[in-house]
Amino acid sequence: MSIDDQTFDPRPQTNGRPQAPNRVRIRTEPLPGAIGAPAATESAAESHVHIAPDAVFEADKVGIFYGRKQALIDVSMRIRRGQVTALIGPSGCGKTTFLRSLNRMNDSIPGFRIDGSINYHGHDIYGSNVDTVEVRRRIGMVFQKPNPFPKSIYDNIAWAPRNLGMRSGLKERVEKALRGAALWDEVKDRLKDSALGLSGGQQQRLCIARAIAIEPDVLLLDEPASALDPIATGAIEDLIHSLKGRFTIVIVTHNMQQAARVADRTAFFSLETRGEKPIGTLIEFDETEKIFGAPRDPRTRDYVMGRFG
Amino acid sequence: MIVRHKIAEPFDPTRPLTPTGNLRRRHLVSRFAQGVAIAAAIAAVAVLVIVIWAVVSHGIKAISWDFITKGEPEGIGPNLVGTAIIVGIGTLIAAPIGVLIALFLSEYAGRRATRPVQLLMDVMNGLPSIIIAVFVYILIVEPTKQQSGLAAGIALSIIAVPLIARGTQEVLRLVPAAQREAADALGVARWRSVLTIILPAALGGIVTATLLSVARAAGETAPMILLSSLAKADTYQFNPLKELPNVPVKIFQLSEEANPEGFTKAWGLSLVLIAIILALGLGSRALLNRSKRKLTR
Amino acid sequence: MSATPPAGTASLKLARSNRQSPARKRADRLGDVSLRLICLGAALLAALVLVLIAKEVFEGAQPAISKYGFSFLTNTEWAPPLEKFGGEGLVLGTLITSAMAIFIGAPVAISIGIFLALLAPAGVRNVISPLVEMLAAIPSVILGFWGLIVFGPFVAGTIEPFLHKTLGFIPLFGSPQTTGASVFTAGLILTIMVIPIIASVTRDLFMAVPRELQDGAAALGSTRWEVIRGVVLPTTVSGMIAATLLGLGRALGEAIAVSQVIGGATESHLSLFKTGGTLASIIALQFPSAISALHYASLYYCAAILLVIGVASNLLASWVGMRFGAAGGAMR
Repeated sequence: MSIDDQTFDPRPQTNGRPQAPNRVRIRTEPLPGAIGAPAATESAAESHVHIAPDAVFEADKVGIFYGRKQALIDVSMRIRRGQVTALIGPSGCGKTTFLRSLNRMNDSIPGFRIDGSINYHGHDIYGSNVDTVEVRRRIGMVFQKPNPFPKSIYDNIAWAPRNLGMRSGLKERVEKALRGAALWDEVKDRLKDSALGLSGGQQQRLCIARAIAIEPDVLLLDEPASALDPIATGAIEDLIHSLKGRFTIVIVTHNMQQAARVADRTAFFSLETRGEKPIGTLIEFDETEKIFGAPRDPRTRDYVMGRFG
Repeated sequence: MIVRHKIAEPFDPTRPLTPTGNLRRRHLVSRFAQGVAIAAAIAAVAVLVIVIWAVVSHGIKAISWDFITKGEPEGIGPNLVGTAIIVGIGTLIAAPIGVLIALFLSEYAGRRATRPVQLLMDVMNGLPSIIIAVFVYILIVEPTKQQSGLAAGIALSIIAVPLIARGTQEVLRLVPAAQREAADALGVARWRSVLTIILPAALGGIVTATLLSVARAAGETAPMILLSSLAKADTYQFNPLKELPNVPVKIFQLSEEANPEGFTKAWGLSLVLIAIILALGLGSRALLNRSKRKLTR
Repeated sequence: MSATPPAGTASLKLARSNRQSPARKRADRLGDVSLRLICLGAALLAALVLVLIAKEVFEGAQPAISKYGFSFLTNTEWAPPLEKFGGEGLVLGTLITSAMAIFIGAPVAISIGIFLALLAPAGVRNVISPLVEMLAAIPSVILGFWGLIVFGPFVAGTIEPFLHKTLGFIPLFGSPQTTGASVFTAGLILTIMVIPIIASVTRDLFMAVPRELQDGAAALGSTRWEVIRGVVLPTTVSGMIAATLLGLGRALGEAIAVSQVIGGATESHLSLFKTGGTLASIIALQFPSAISALHYASLYYCAAILLVIGVASNLLASWVGMRFGAAGGAMR
């Protein structure tokens, strides 16, 4: 397939401005009372060696604040290329907050502030000359509640590619995105109909199709099946399997079985009492089988067993 | 079933996160559009500042104690009192009717009755005030051959009813449904819950809406020209059955005469009128925020 | 929202007292019925007033209507001493000034709505929004007076000569008059009057567009403007039309400010820079000194035309709003 050269320069960057690939930027020290034990067992051991070639994201001691309230503290993890990484944990543990910080969707929330650093292919996502639109163009996102635009099915998919100047072969691109999202056969005869006439499950797959139509590098899925019935959920899970390898996928889910079914690696977040108030943090991050089979941390075990038992 | 398409890596994701492709141009377009929006907002604020500045800088020269308290030719006291009486009459008529209509809409009207009454309010709200003035003239002034503050007040009340109804309705909507349902479930008669729970809860909003409509009515000129424009303002007058001197019509009449002294006086009148209106507006806004906070707490 | 305890206890007390006697029950039924009837009566009274307005205005206009019929709209001469009343110039003046107000005002106002709802940080919005509403609160007589003394001479001295020089070949931009009283000035004053109305309605409209929809668009790598252009504006088209119609109704019916700056002429012409008149302003200007029964009837005729246009634009506005969904179909 021909790529839109006009949109992206496929050549690896050789010259240009000098770029510190792995600047460590520390904004503020963590809260005084918040010096915890090393939280993430695995990543604590691995982090800060150098950029592993397969790392898409490297989060280092990430803390997130909304105004004066701290939502997340001390998250360090490495998300690998081409894998499906699941973020699980009780509600309010900051997993969605963390996910949204990966493509800067939190920026628009008043009072949002982040500590530590998140590197994407070695570039600080919150760096000073980073373009948030460019970030989101590379890192797509699908939300908890299906949010198709009040446009036709076709225009829902074609809208973003048009913006990006991918005008040639647009029809094929739409078809491919819809096939990629396993929706083509259901909608190919009514592409001109409003997307709002689709069922909830179809709408969510349309949103995934919309996201993959611009061929991002990463897909962030925020509880994509939580608003859907079991059959539609199954369809979404099949879809995630089929997307594996083509995209790096990070999925937030409250459904243990779902994480176990789709994820290569799973991160368990929980609420920890630091100082006075409970704050979300990363407890354990490992291969999915290990998290569900032989978790190292007792808190992970309790949560996983409790949920499965 | 699922067709797999091998999609080649479309770009090098390891490049720095600076704009690629057409993004620079798209940012330019976006910034331009945002600039236009900001410019529009600045223009509106600028017009406000220019108008207010003109009124204040010219009007301040006319203002004095005598100007506010004495009658013609030095002052505008009778005009202020006349406007107060006329607006008072209008509000006294409009407030209960507006509140009752709002109550009807929020408590009694079913789905089918809501739409036409809502539409009626919208249409009334959109009626040019000059038409209302003509109507009251034909109804009251023409048969009696007598302009009057009462006629002007009635015209203002027709203008104010939809304003008060809408404002009240907005606050009634904030009275928690749970309160109504609780009352209903306990078998409390509707009229008791309306009078003892719903209306008291919405009182702040009702007062706000009334103040806002007073502010609007105080500046209404068209009804005054037809219904209360012939009064002499050399002495204070209080009889609403006769024409009453008032502020808007005086400004209008002075602006029609090409007389510099009259213009100074008109600026002074404008300043007093705007000060009253803005004070009412700010007061009602503060009040509204307070009562909304109370209701949605 | 939760039921606040005081209300709960109040209704509880009421309920207890309520169970007491059959007489009480009867009283309650009576109270319910009468409060309902009183409220209904208020609504009916308003409807009655509206009907009466139409009836009285049309009856008052009857002599002129039966004398001129629809040719009132095309007769060009308005000469009270000669008992000649033709409204073409006034109709034209009304249409031209209102069109100016809408074509200039609506885009500016919608831009302000976009700024306030979607671009400005909350702090800026909370300052500018009340200011815009303050602009709407300025009485038209003061705006008209300012237009007469300050704005009109400025327009006649700078803007009109410039437009005449550059666009003078179009008949619309004829040679300016020196006083500053002109159709053009009136149009600009009306523009200032409709902007805050349309701006505050569209601001509320844009603020009602669901956050998720905008996030969804932003997550596809779209710029702020692309999100607005692609998602916010298309979902609110009907609401924007309704808001504009609201502004149009206001512009058509404004009598005072227009009569102060338009010059009060009645002849029919297309030049923006000459004096002119509108249906509403002629009533304010000539009513107090009308000289004959036919003169009054002709002024009522003007009011009747305004009434029809005004009601029609209002009905259209709420039809558009209703037909294409509340809040402009943001969640259609």
